[in-house]
Amino acid sequence: MVAQLTRNERHIGLALAVFVSLLGLAMAAGGKQDLFGIHGLIVFAFGVGSAFLLISGFHLPEPSDERLTRYYDDPIKVGLILSMIWAVFGMFMGVWVAAQLAWPALNFDMAWTSFGRIRPVHTTGVIFGFGGNALIATSFHVMQRTSRARMPDQLSPWFVLIGYNLFCVLSVTGFPIGITQSKEYAEAEWYADLWLVVVWVTYLVLYLRTLARRQEPHIYVSNWYFLAFILVVAMLHIVNGLALPISLASAKSYTIYSGVQDAMVQWWYGHNTVAFFLTAGFLGMMYYYLPTRAGRPIYSYRLSIISFWGITFFYVWVGSHHLHYTALPHWVQTLGMTFSVMLLVPSWASAANALLTLNGAWHKVRTDATLRFMMVAAVFYGLSTFEGSFTAIRAVNSLSHYTDWTVAHVHAGALGWVALITFGSIYAAVPRLWKTGQMYSPRLVEVHFWLAVAGIFVYVFAMWNSGIIQGLMWRTYNENNALAYSFIESLVAMHPYYIARTFGGLLFLCGAVVGFYNLWKTIQLAPREQEVLRDQPAAVLARSSAVQPGE
Amino acid sequence: MFKTHYRLERHSIALAIAIIVVASIGGIVEIAPLFTIDETVEEAPDMRVYTPLELAGRDIYMREGCYACHSQMIRTLQDEVERYGPFSLAVESQYDYPMLWGSKRTGPDLARVGGKYSDHWHVVHLNDPREVVSESVMPAYPWLLQNRLKTEKLDLHLRTLQKLGTPYTDEMIANAVADAQGQAAPNSDQASGVAERYGEDTNIRDFDGNPDRVTEMDALVAYLQILGRLTDAAYVAQAEPQPQPVEE
Amino acid sequence: MPFEHETLVAFAKSFGLFYLIALSVAAGVYALWPSNKARFDQAAQSILEDEDRPCR
Repeated sequence: MVAQLTRNERHIGLALAVFVSLLGLAMAAGGKQDLFGIHGLIVFAFGVGSAFLLISGFHLPEPSDERLTRYYDDPIKVGLILSMIWAVFGMFMGVWVAAQLAWPALNFDMAWTSFGRIRPVHTTGVIFGFGGNALIATSFHVMQRTSRARMPDQLSPWFVLIGYNLFCVLSVTGFPIGITQSKEYAEAEWYADLWLVVVWVTYLVLYLRTLARRQEPHIYVSNWYFLAFILVVAMLHIVNGLALPISLASAKSYTIYSGVQDAMVQWWYGHNTVAFFLTAGFLGMMYYYLPTRAGRPIYSYRLSIISFWGITFFYVWVGSHHLHYTALPHWVQTLGMTFSVMLLVPSWASAANALLTLNGAWHKVRTDATLRFMMVAAVFYGLSTFEGSFTAIRAVNSLSHYTDWTVAHVHAGALGWVALITFGSIYAAVPRLWKTGQMYSPRLVEVHFWLAVAGIFVYVFAMWNSGIIQGLMWRTYNENNALAYSFIESLVAMHPYYIARTFGGLLFLCGAVVGFYNLWKTIQLAPREQEVLRDQPAAVLARSSAVQPGE
Repeated sequence: MFKTHYRLERHSIALAIAIIVVASIGGIVEIAPLFTIDETVEEAPDMRVYTPLELAGRDIYMREGCYACHSQMIRTLQDEVERYGPFSLAVESQYDYPMLWGSKRTGPDLARVGGKYSDHWHVVHLNDPREVVSESVMPAYPWLLQNRLKTEKLDLHLRTLQKLGTPYTDEMIANAVADAQGQAAPNSDQASGVAERYGEDTNIRDFDGNPDRVTEMDALVAYLQILGRLTDAAYVAQAEPQPQPVEE
Repeated sequence: MPFEHETLVAFAKSFGLFYLIALSVAAGVYALWPSNKARFDQAAQSILEDEDRPCR
């Protein structure tokens, strides 16, 4: 890992690591009366760990210029492994929190395992840990391949990857001990948020620098989606995260927005995280891995561009559909509803584009579980965007809001679309990255596929049922024109569904574990990189010397 | 060589700018009018701020993730108004940094739970929910009764909120720690200042039933008991207009 | 605030419609412009080609 860095990069990297360690030390010292100190120690450990890693390889010879004739895949490989680790972790937390709703004793009456504290660990673990690492890794893969260009340096991809994981670790360790901003899907506190800004800007600059090295003027559409993901997530994160810490030595901060403004900002953020984190980025994945796996170009490139601008434009207006019938002004609700319905057009255009690409390759879908992962993901994308538009209609929302129907919808999207396209892409990318030709066991990919699909169906149907029952019970009147059910009666009615959803989640988790095992075994099959390296013809070395290192 | 390079870079920068422009306009159009919304938010001259103890309780509410299962937003629907009380007004959460409207009701809405149950009920319920509601799936929070409430930094909390626009006076900030102690100890010397600064209607009680210590339970119960009671605006306003029926 | 709330709301409500139409037209024209077709087809094909080594 360190061997691939130039001497100069090792120096800068070491300086950064030392700086982060000192920052962590300062946090630990300043906040020793506070939970802040614990996070200081974690930052310190990250810095020292990175420094140690760099020092251990510091004496190694510099990489030859031959490296510039190859893509830089090391950070991609690590990113994919991290992504699968986060998947198993985040989904395990998901099963656990689900089980707590069926059997509340499963928190063992401890503070740090209590439902409210570990639910954000689950959401952050799967969205930002699993999804985010997969996005970073695949975007590095896609941007290099589609630009036919190697990343411009070796240090910044590592900074992005390790820095991003520091953010994730600060998030999920903070919630169980009580550090939270309580903004949904943005619970991390101010210092973690600030750190993410630094990481994200580096990510954007790295992406643009790689694109600038391409030779074709046209930028392949996947990169559009990844760029939109990076840019808009930066915008959302900064605006939503603006907060005033009570002191620089405390983890606690107050967001600068209050009440109805905060509600609008939070759901503008919340829904656009769905749009640009969980949709745009993964569409970028889909537009690359689906066609390459199927061996056919995307059905309509033009349609992919039109739906790109449609999604970029429509999505930002729809956040207010989370606030129907609330104290938010009525016209803002109507605006959100209207655009949510219109959003169906570009969404279905994308889903149809993906499925039509498979025309002529359906025999591959039958035999290749990897491609089938992506096919089913596109179907679920179509389904959950329809459901999203549907439940954004005010009258439907009056029933679905606050109930498990929302949970069903989120998981149809997150498991059916996001996770399946990610697994498909990982299974497509891994044999190419490790040069193994195929996964260790295609049969296990098949097993993973069926576990995942079965898990989704059990989960989503359970939550649809419970959500609709819940919504109806809350609004049912008896013959005396009084509410027919108490709240607790509606809760009792949920019990069997909560058990079923735990089981569905467990199936999905088992699939992820199988996937992780398969990944691990595939890596062990990989040919040794060093031997390949020394075996280069002199011509290649001569050719590569014309390329500017680090440019 | 340099020229093509520059041209390509311009290409991707143009794309990036186009994305930012297209994506931000929706947000600006939707959010900007909300910052002038104080012109449309209902008037509530009787609106009071959270006392330091209630604010500490609110922090505990966030720390424990209560908002994940309990909303604080009664919608303008007939059945909600009948179940939970008058629908929520924007003004009622104007000092909520951040708002805790919530998005899921695994448990009931809490926007108007203040005063609905006794302090004792809350203490027993939080300590072990199944003792009072046998079918409940709410986690038990036994540590709330054991943990001493950390009040040391409450002045910093109030100072920060004052900077953000909550009308805390400098006197309130200076006495924040004492007021937090006093509100949970009605017989102490510190108690009188609380009513002086925050109004006669402030709940000054030994919330957790343990007069010797100010615990996290004191703070959380004090917070729950004030929910929906910071102003009467919702009760006054809804004497006239009717909530919308479920069917539109 | 220099703007009245009503002005902002009226602007938000009317301007959005024109903006929407203009943007859809622009995106549609770009995507369907005949001379862009060759470039798009080439881009769609490009990812299927051998990807063994970077050009730079």
